[in-house]
Amino acid sequence: MLKRQLYELVKKEFILEFRQKASLGGVLIYVVATIFISALSFNKIIAPNIWNALFWIIFLFSAITICGKSFARETAGVSLNNYLNYKPLIFISSKLIYNFLFLFLVSLITLFFYSWFVGYLIDNFALFILVLLLASLGFSSVLTLMSAIASKAENNFTLVSILSFPVLIPVLVLVLRIGKQAIDGLNWSVSYDFLMILSGINVISVVLSILLFPYLWRS
Amino acid sequence: MKNNWYKILSVILILYTLIWGMLGPVPRLDILNETIRNLYYHVPIWFAMLFQMGVSVFYSAKYLNSNKKEDDSVAFNAALVGILFSIPGIITGAFWARFTWGTWWTFEDPKLNGVAIGIIMYLIYFVLRASIIQETSKARVSSVFNIFAFVMLILFIMVFPRLTDSLHPGNGGNPAFGKYDLDSNMRLVFYPAVIGWILFSGWILNLFNRLSILKEVNNE
Repeated sequence: MLKRQLYELVKKEFILEFRQKASLGGVLIYVVATIFISALSFNKIIAPNIWNALFWIIFLFSAITICGKSFARETAGVSLNNYLNYKPLIFISSKLIYNFLFLFLVSLITLFFYSWFVGYLIDNFALFILVLLLASLGFSSVLTLMSAIASKAENNFTLVSILSFPVLIPVLVLVLRIGKQAIDGLNWSVSYDFLMILSGINVISVVLSILLFPYLWRS
Repeated sequence: MKNNWYKILSVILILYTLIWGMLGPVPRLDILNETIRNLYYHVPIWFAMLFQMGVSVFYSAKYLNSNKKEDDSVAFNAALVGILFSIPGIITGAFWARFTWGTWWTFEDPKLNGVAIGIIMYLIYFVLRASIIQETSKARVSSVFNIFAFVMLILFIMVFPRLTDSLHPGNGGNPAFGKYDLDSNMRLVFYPAVIGWILFSGWILNLFNRLSILKEVNNE
């Protein structure tokens, strides 16, 4: 029963996203345009650390545009309806799963176009994809909770980025380091500690979102 | 008088550590030399700051269960006192860093970065409070953010620096506190200093709380 509800909610989010072609197209055009601009300004990037930094900065801003608006659709009537029909655990889980899947998908698209236009430098591709997966999980969970917090305050979208930046900075620093190691093709054992820390942050931020959301939801 | 013992005790302890901290014997160690005396000021001030953040998060959690307005105002005041204590904490730390590591501030040390991010998070907590007008919604939303911020603060300054390389003692293979204050003379000053500064921060919190109650009464 609960599993079905969760599935239905995630499906609903996807259907809504694809129905509003403007927002989906907006995200894709945003990503491709940014990459195109960086390709025009840098031509081909050869230095690994610049390639890495630029990629993750593009990722950061697309994550904020994607996940930051996850509670913007909840008008008073809609959220009352959700409040009466769903358990908070199910609701926040559906948002987390949807944001994570969508962000991971967009980041794969970003990687594809970025490699095409700006150049492909990754040596350890599997490690880079793993970092992308963990980064998507971390960013989406932090941004989802912050978006829920900001939806309770009036000035919505700017507040999301202000609230989430301090928590995203350490995640971004970790991701930059592991990403650099993946580009240099270092042995997996080198990245082990950092991967553990990154997964630790992810677990904690997911758990905190699930624990704290019911209190936000009630008001 | 019954409730004032801790204020007197905090002043006595802090005066004792200020004076005896400067005069008392300390071990002679390379690089640290006389700066080891900063252990009596820098570390206890940070402990007091962490203590206040702990009080703040405790009252935030209490507010979420009780919905009493007073709990939220204690949480806010404690966060404010914590931020106030972080200022002398940073200044004493910067002096210590200047005379041992040779720089006022470094981005190489995860603990410094963690503290910077933690302070920014608490400043954002104040911004968040200022941006919500409705009282109950403000208290609830900021309590949720406070709990999140505190967990992240603990992660950034207590957990991560121990996992990666840090210049601070006890992290990344550097010797821990125990090695420095094994010296029993230093313990005689360090522990009273910790207690003194924590009690002193409690006194300031008490003043802030009384002030906000007076403001409340005045508004009505």
